Amino acid sequence: MTRAFYWLIPHPLLTLILAIVWMFLQNELSAGMIVFGFILGIIIPWGTSVWWPDTPKSFRLRKMIRYSFVVIWDIIVANIEVAWIVLTVPTSKLKPAWIIVPLRLKEPEAITLLAGTITLTPGTVSADLSDQGHSLLVHVLHTHDADAVREDIITRYEARLLEIFS
Amino acid sequence: MTPQIIGTYFVCLFLIIGSGFVLVGAIGLLKFNDPMTRLHAPTKVGTVGIGMLLLASVVHSFDIGEPSTHELLIMAFLFVTAPISANFIGKVNIHRRACDTPPDPPLDDTWSTLSVPESDRDG
Repeated sequence: MTRAFYWLIPHPLLTLILAIVWMFLQNELSAGMIVFGFILGIIIPWGTSVWWPDTPKSFRLRKMIRYSFVVIWDIIVANIEVAWIVLTVPTSKLKPAWIIVPLRLKEPEAITLLAGTITLTPGTVSADLSDQGHSLLVHVLHTHDADAVREDIITRYEARLLEIFS
Repeated sequence: MTPQIIGTYFVCLFLIIGSGFVLVGAIGLLKFNDPMTRLHAPTKVGTVGIGMLLLASVVHSFDIGEPSTHELLIMAFLFVTAPISANFIGKVNIHRRACDTPPDPPLDDTWSTLSVPESDRDG
């Protein structure tokens, strides 16, 4: 039974997300649309399964939801901070810096999530990954203490992602 | 004060906040002079700026009695794609040496953007 389920729906979460996206696109909730959404949700992961070679072994949805709320809150705070820097700090006094974040994460999905989070939050943009994937290059807009920024990324985001994907 | 009027006030508030953030993003883009620092203003300030404008659109649609939630989808896709484009612009800057060359990574040989395939290396 479970084997049949995973054969039909190799990525249950993706199926659910596709169905929800379809309903949002339709802008209405009717039985027909829900059924069609789920049909799409089954066909699309099936047709694209070639490009999803290894799914992460575990993924803790509840921790992921909590993580999303942390990130959304940080995005709002970060926007106000960056807006303040743009308006008040003169270009000559700006102190941009490169920082290198050593990665404990292994899964490509987890690293992508971390890089995306870094780009969306406090004055940091993730720019590059080292050739073997052991460290992430991050550009900081304005900082006096680059080590504190790195510590912040490691404790606030990477630790949580490690829990989500462990 | 009917709910409609309160709704309209909220729409105005969100529009003002959103356009304020978008304006700050544009100012940042013009003000900074290094390609990497320039990247910061539009990628981040833009997301909340546009998010607020879309939120105003959602509130307005409920206000006039034609609920619409398409905007949430736009927001979701925006948040997923914004980091990718920022990452690519960053990579191009590193590749063209338009910014300070970053320090070498401690654990590996080099950054993937700067690495040259073995067949192309000079003897």
